[in-house]
Amino acid sequence: MDIVFLLVPLSLVLAALIGFVFWWALANGQFDDLEGPAHRVLTDEERPPD
Amino acid sequence: MSAIASDPYGCFHCGEPVPAGARWSAVVAGAPRPMCCPGCAAVADGIVAAGLESYYATRERPALRGERVPGTGPDVYDLPAVAQRYVRPAAEPGASSESEASLMIEGTSCSACMWLAERALARTPGVVAVDANAAQRRMRVRWDARTVGLSGLIAALRAVGLDGWPYEPARAETARVRERRGLLLRFAVAALGMMQVMMYLLPVYLTDGEMTPDVESLMRLASLLLTLPVIGYSALPFFTGAWRDLRERRIGMDVPVALGIGSAFAGSVVATFTGSGAVYYDSITMFVCLLLGARWLESLARGRAAEGIERLARAAPPVAERVRADGSTESVAPESLQPGDRVRVRPGAVVPADGLVSEGEGAVDEALLTGEARTVPKRRGDRVLAGAINQASALTLEVTAVGDATRLAGIVRLAERAALARPPAAVLAERAARIFLTALLVVAAGVAVAWSVIDPSRALAVTVAVLVVSCPCALSLATPAAYAAAASAAAARGILVVRPGALETLARATHFVFDKTGTLTAGKPRVIGVVTIGGAQRLDCMDLAAALERDTEHPFGAELKRVAGPSRQTAEAVRYTPGQGIEGTVGGLRLRIGRPEWVAELAGPLPLECAFVASDVSAVALGAAGEWLALFTLADAPRPEARAVVQALIASGAQVSMLSGDRPDAVATLAARLGIAVARGAATPEDKLAAVRALQAQGAVVCMVGDGVNDAATLAQADVSLAMGEGADLAHAAADCVLLSGRLGTVAQAVELARRTRSIVRQNLAWALLYNVVVIPLAAFGWVTPLAAGAGMALSSLAVAANALRLLPRTEGAVPSGAPATLKLQQSV
Repeated sequence: MDIVFLLVPLSLVLAALIGFVFWWALANGQFDDLEGPAHRVLTDEERPPD
Repeated sequence: MSAIASDPYGCFHCGEPVPAGARWSAVVAGAPRPMCCPGCAAVADGIVAAGLESYYATRERPALRGERVPGTGPDVYDLPAVAQRYVRPAAEPGASSESEASLMIEGTSCSACMWLAERALARTPGVVAVDANAAQRRMRVRWDARTVGLSGLIAALRAVGLDGWPYEPARAETARVRERRGLLLRFAVAALGMMQVMMYLLPVYLTDGEMTPDVESLMRLASLLLTLPVIGYSALPFFTGAWRDLRERRIGMDVPVALGIGSAFAGSVVATFTGSGAVYYDSITMFVCLLLGARWLESLARGRAAEGIERLARAAPPVAERVRADGSTESVAPESLQPGDRVRVRPGAVVPADGLVSEGEGAVDEALLTGEARTVPKRRGDRVLAGAINQASALTLEVTAVGDATRLAGIVRLAERAALARPPAAVLAERAARIFLTALLVVAAGVAVAWSVIDPSRALAVTVAVLVVSCPCALSLATPAAYAAAASAAAARGILVVRPGALETLARATHFVFDKTGTLTAGKPRVIGVVTIGGAQRLDCMDLAAALERDTEHPFGAELKRVAGPSRQTAEAVRYTPGQGIEGTVGGLRLRIGRPEWVAELAGPLPLECAFVASDVSAVALGAAGEWLALFTLADAPRPEARAVVQALIASGAQVSMLSGDRPDAVATLAARLGIAVARGAATPEDKLAAVRALQAQGAVVCMVGDGVNDAATLAQADVSLAMGEGADLAHAAADCVLLSGRLGTVAQAVELARRTRSIVRQNLAWALLYNVVVIPLAAFGWVTPLAAGAGMALSSLAVAANALRLLPRTEGAVPSGAPATLKLQQSV
């Protein structure tokens, strides 16, 4: 069971990392529009050649 | 393109019925499609011409009718004063000739419309980048200033049937974004903490004491470390809220929450370091996570409502009509006005700047500014505030203050305050919290005293257990979860709840009062006949009518203008009498246009022709002093779903009546056709107001459904009011809910939703109370383990949340709002 003494602290580090990634995504506006992208992926099309 | 679906009998673009004999059509996806009006046809052509016809395949509901009279030409957006305010140089490096602006998109009915707006702009030559936010219906556009101007962008939007206006990304908005992100991060931290703490504590529960003490204390320590950010960051709003409440000597929902979390955490920390007693880290993190989740959903719903109010407040024109020295008018940006300028304000329009009335006499609605629902009469020399809505005849103002000096800026604050106002149910929940907390503290103190006598070593553990299991999670979730779900369900159906608490009142409504024109009928009357009287010439009469009706927003006036085309003459001394008509002087001739009985006051006894007007047709008369000129007959067909809505309301136990300013026999015919027992025609706005007051005096809870300018006072007087989305700005400002889809069927849906929300709130509160009544005695006797406490809390909270989620539409967007929606109503309780 000694491995637990390594894995549990490791999972804490992992949790902190996930928290940081989420903060980064949030600060970059990834969660600002939760409707548009879902729709855009269905309806988007190539822009005509300019 | 078989996916292109629309009502086979309705307008392909907007889904409204196509009038008999209409010959408008537009070719969409290779086939001619029926159109109800030239406006829709033009918009459909515009969409196809822009190569965006796949819009019709992906949209979730029909578009808004393409026939709207634009208040101002797009050119005004290129005026330096306007451009200076809204257009800024692009922030991107290496794009010196590029400009940037933020636009609010108007006239959307579903998210496909946002796509349409985005594409239409992206294809406008000169546009470099479009960054759309579909949820907020806003976008940021960057364009090459040498190729196109802001006016070109607005014109591109109008070509596809939408509209937009530039706005300044206000500081308040930045703050709102920061707040929303902060709340989401708090929620995410709590959720992460909850899941991870569960990972550590579940093995402890499952092995049930077989775990070696060192491993168990490691698990407890790790849980403590993960709970720290949840307590110190995620739960901070509860602690600060509780502290604020206590300092102000009152008790809100935050106080029992903070007490529960705080005592559970303190007890768990003591247990972790002494190695004895139970830890509740899992319950704490779960509790915080669930509460924040509900708060986040609630803030989304509130944000939507706040945005709605902001949009209504921003219905202020982007331009003001400045009166030049020679009496003609020019369109300028309100900011470029100077004190001392003279501006003209049309009826139904928003006053652009603070000023004194210098010409004209009428009444304005200052409800947005003062909260005073009644209109305020204004005459020469009276002060009119920017943001007030002109209700009667056109006014000319002498400007006294502009821009930040006006109280227009205060509208935004008012809108924010309205969005923050707590619905009465939340106030009720606070009262419940106070009683609950008092009872809980008494019980907890009693338990602590009793156990320190029975077994002092267990006193702390049992007291903490009582506080943890009674943590009012379900109680504090009950109301917000239901209202968040209801607001989201309402938004999905195109119902914008402007006043918090409107749904509650709607659920209690016993009387439904409908306006006729524009509500029960399509509101787009058509001229079906013009009868000239005496020797008057038909064309002259049309021209005079158009001149008189130039500034009106009344559907009859708009239709007369549409048929007559732009007038060659101008009317002077125009005076608008709500519910009656318009009086003015054209070419030295004093004229009245409006209800025949009212025109008769000027023109003499009713002419013989009036007798031949069919009973379901409305007549608008034109007369001069002592002389009748013409009789215009207009017919306005009832909306196809009107009868079903009325019958559904009656079947649910409500009383339905109709009040209209229209002719009594036309009103009676329609009432008979729809099955409305009580109908009253020829009602002035004062009559309508009195009728609603009389109903209220008898103890009725009145819901008014209307859309016209002359309904504004009645909408404000009624206990709860619904305005049709296509109505005049004024009615929107006074209404509690706006039916954005402009479809009458949504009235029945709104009522049904309101009643279901009310019963779900009641169920939730009952369940939460029952849970506590059962569990607190168990905890007091020391029979509740940490696992049972956590599981019980999770189950009770989930039950409440799941119950609230039943309000959400099962398959979102599957029911096109044009189709006769489910009109079965729950029996009124």
